[in-house]
Amino acid sequence: MPAADESYPADLRYHPEHDWVRADGDEHVFGITWYAQDALGEVVYYDPPKVGDTITKDSSYGELESVKAVSDIFAPASGEVTAVNPAVNDRPEVVNEDPYGAGWLVRVKLSDPSELDSLMDEPAYRAYLAGL
Amino acid sequence: MSAGAQTPNGVATQTPQQREEVTTIYERSRPGRRAFSPPALDVPERPLDELLPERLRRAAPPELPEIAEPEIVRHYNGLSKRNFDLDSGFYPLGSCTMKHNPKLHERVAALPGNARLHPLQAPARAQGALELMWNLERALAEVSGLPHVSLQPSAGSHGELAGVLLTRAYHADRGDERTLVLTPDTAHGTNPATVTMAGYEVVKVGTSPDGGVDLEDLRRKADDRVACLMLTNPNTLGLFDPNIEEIARITHDAGATLYYDGANLNAVMGISRPGDMGFDIVHFNLHKSFTQPHGGGGPGAGPIAVSDRIEPYLMVPRIVRTDDGEGGAPRFDLEEERPKSIGRLRGFQGNYGVFVRSYAYICSLGAEGLREASEIAVLNANYLLALLRRPEIAPYLPLAYGERCMHEFVLSGAPMKRDLGIRTTDLAKRLLDHGYHPPTVYFPLLVEEALLVEPTETETRETLEEFAEAIGAILREAAEDPEIARNAPYSTPVRRLDEAAAARTPVVRQPVRG
Amino acid sequence: MSRYTSLTDDDLREMLAAIGVDSIDELFDAIPASLRLGRRLDLPEGLSEQEVYAHLRAMAGRNVSAEDELTFLGAGMYDHYVPALIDSILSRSEFLTPYTPYQPEISQGGLQVMFEYQTAISELTGLPVSNASLYEGPSAVGAAAYLAKLANGRRDVVVSRGVHPHSRATLETLAPGYGQAVAEIRLSDGVTDLAALEARIGPDTTAVIVQQPNFLGAVEDLEPIVAAAKAVGALVVCACDPLPMALLRTPGELGIDVAVGEGQSLGNRLDFGGPSFGFFAASQEHIRRMPGRIAGETRDVDGRRGFVLTLQTREQHIRREKATSNICTAQVLNALAGVIYLSWLGKRGAVELAELMLRRADYARRTLAALPGVRALHDQPVVREFALALDAPVGAVLERCAAEGVNAGYALGREYPEFADGLLVAITEQRSRADIDRLADVLGRAVAAERSTSMAGARS
Repeated sequence: MPAADESYPADLRYHPEHDWVRADGDEHVFGITWYAQDALGEVVYYDPPKVGDTITKDSSYGELESVKAVSDIFAPASGEVTAVNPAVNDRPEVVNEDPYGAGWLVRVKLSDPSELDSLMDEPAYRAYLAGL
Repeated sequence: MSAGAQTPNGVATQTPQQREEVTTIYERSRPGRRAFSPPALDVPERPLDELLPERLRRAAPPELPEIAEPEIVRHYNGLSKRNFDLDSGFYPLGSCTMKHNPKLHERVAALPGNARLHPLQAPARAQGALELMWNLERALAEVSGLPHVSLQPSAGSHGELAGVLLTRAYHADRGDERTLVLTPDTAHGTNPATVTMAGYEVVKVGTSPDGGVDLEDLRRKADDRVACLMLTNPNTLGLFDPNIEEIARITHDAGATLYYDGANLNAVMGISRPGDMGFDIVHFNLHKSFTQPHGGGGPGAGPIAVSDRIEPYLMVPRIVRTDDGEGGAPRFDLEEERPKSIGRLRGFQGNYGVFVRSYAYICSLGAEGLREASEIAVLNANYLLALLRRPEIAPYLPLAYGERCMHEFVLSGAPMKRDLGIRTTDLAKRLLDHGYHPPTVYFPLLVEEALLVEPTETETRETLEEFAEAIGAILREAAEDPEIARNAPYSTPVRRLDEAAAARTPVVRQPVRG
Repeated sequence: MSRYTSLTDDDLREMLAAIGVDSIDELFDAIPASLRLGRRLDLPEGLSEQEVYAHLRAMAGRNVSAEDELTFLGAGMYDHYVPALIDSILSRSEFLTPYTPYQPEISQGGLQVMFEYQTAISELTGLPVSNASLYEGPSAVGAAAYLAKLANGRRDVVVSRGVHPHSRATLETLAPGYGQAVAEIRLSDGVTDLAALEARIGPDTTAVIVQQPNFLGAVEDLEPIVAAAKAVGALVVCACDPLPMALLRTPGELGIDVAVGEGQSLGNRLDFGGPSFGFFAASQEHIRRMPGRIAGETRDVDGRRGFVLTLQTREQHIRREKATSNICTAQVLNALAGVIYLSWLGKRGAVELAELMLRRADYARRTLAALPGVRALHDQPVVREFALALDAPVGAVLERCAAEGVNAGYALGREYPEFADGLLVAITEQRSRADIDRLADVLGRAVAAERSTSMAGARS
């Protein structure tokens, strides 16, 4: 499956370190944006947090690696990890192929959902990317 | 016909090596073959169980190849032909100083008095080796302008670690707790890695627009928490930092040591000395400036030279010389007991075989020859740079900083990428088809699409001119059809390799047979 | 003009003109006058090739090498035979003169050598992952302590006194930087004292480090040591002597996490201590904490088999201050000698060589321990090297032997004051029964002479 085409879904909120968050029932799902996976290149390894770990907004909760780069993954909001995507460990390239779908990274039970208010919506994130 | 079979001129062909499917030495193995004939058993044969109980023995022998000598020789000769090497052609790998390795050095290193000398031989029966090491220490002290030398570290990275641990010991001895080490943002990755292994935290110092250390940034950051500033000079951009005396003053005023990464010493031998610039600790790369063959990635050696205030902490053993005071031959010994020493960084006395080669080199060149080597290295770099500043090349590959250079220079491939649609890596891969080892690429990180070129004093003027022609030809070709460079190389034993697949599912050994 | 450069006067003139300067000196304008050396280096004049050869030959002639005496000296480096094909292959420019394989398309030879080497080390140690080599043995022990730090972050490195003194010294040197403390476990009857080990380890132990066979030549029974270390959650690191490993239970079989060691005995010359290589192998769970280069197999765009450096994100050029090590390359040429040597020995030869050493070492130990004033320092199984206790000053005994052209071994007293007149004797495959008998004769007379001297001294 080839790398995805550039897109930034409207139902997500975005963090300046190029991470996204999506509400899913009581929990939230985190991943990296198309821009981030494109900058990193072919993803070859995912070093995830453990289920039950507490992660903190704006801090690194894991790493993604390409052949020649390592990228910290930043939490767009704080909370407790309830699931780690096993598909990314089995086939890391799924992050390139489907960054907003099958390439999600963790599910999190947020400790303070109001933190989401500080994140960007799609137009704001696109404007932010244009300014980089 | 695969795309891979397309050569530069579009003619479909494959080289003989490309047609050949490689096999490993394990795949050439057949049960029952052998190269080793063991010496006869000439002592009484006692049962194995009496000598080594079964519970201490492995279940099965190691699966090593079963193969006779002719096939071993053919296998490795075959593999050797799949390598490009310095004796075959131009190797302008920036920061690595790929200078000629004189053949004499292999001969003298192989003399039985060197090659079969045991490292624990009593010093009285290893006087030649200890004198050689002493002489090499004295020569390195003179070249660096720092009086005390330890040859022990095994590589530049090892010398760096020695240097930072010496700094640690120096501060600790004065009861001075420091936590930070400054490195420029152009630093080689080894510097920050070393800093962490020595228990310090890295703080980056910025680069000024002219390519030197940003003095304002340094002044802001050099405080009493800083243990050391690590620099190269000339730096990674191939520029001599003219503010070095001021940098040394700021660093020393903050109570920190100044460390010299000798990667670029080949620019200044006999011309300017790190000790005179104010550095406290210097490491040498004997495999760079002093021509130990690189061996495909080792061995090397990374001796260090230090100032008086660092000397008490140097590694053991140290070589000491005693004169009998009556004009007799001096005696050399190994001193192990030094109360303030940081101790050992490795076994024995260091990579003596490397010392022999570098000492032979210094004997061959002498004082004038070392200076001349640096002069020609700088001349060659500037000449190649001048050739690459021609209007058909320079707009695509501008010099990143400054006007001239020392022994190496950094070009940026950013305009080439933008205007011709080929990246620095594509240029590098296309150079392989022209029979060259490419320059260092994507280093320093500060320069976009960087290309770091170091021709060394070894090369003739004609070689430099031909290389510049090849760069020009690749750019012209890319203007017509960038796909050619993007898919290069074509003529090498293999073409671009799938590194992502190798990293996703690492296959790092031959699978077990049977 | 040096013989290693090609610049002519015409070249110089035209090159300076092309650059746009009048002299070479002008190219160094960036160096302030105050920092110009302004004098000739205080070094001798350059010499012709013939003169350099004569000078170095004369210096080498003042060393007593293994060629000049009958030597039983080991203690970490051994006088094994280096087969001629190694000299021949290593002298090829294609192996001798390239740098590290930054461009895999033109470095397949070197990369495949690394892959084959990694396989051989993996076979010897029984561990699945080997890197492409480190500097040498003791620093590889230090690198293993750093892996332990990355793996569990605990403070205490617990090391057996049977580990090579240079390895223990290296650990001590590195410990302040790693934030570790090193504790030593005494020997008892020649091997690591298990009770002392069990008493010393606990939840702060990052790794237990042992050596096999240990510095006194004794084969350690590692199983209870591994069990004790695992019980407190510590890593186990074993410094292995590679040739005896053809016979001994492997680190892989024992559940050891990391096996390291000195590679000199695998086809490398003594070279007064280097260059050689250190090997480093580990269990699969530590693959991303490994230091140094690792080669991996892959395919090119046309589907051809090939090799690349892999898992590079561990390394300093990418991960920088968070790297698993600061090492930049390996000891590729020395590791090449290692893999050629192991291929030369082969599956059966490796075992035959180890068994030959085992039998000769046993013969030598029994023969020497039967001499008056000589006894075995321990009765543990040995493979190539064993320790004796002399009833005479070992330094003086060694001098007497040397005067007869025999280097009887390594005096233990400086590193092990508890074995003040201990002697470590190594029996490589180059030492025949006749050589051992000669050692027995010379050593026996030397010990007897020293004993009678000291008795005479005591009487007077």
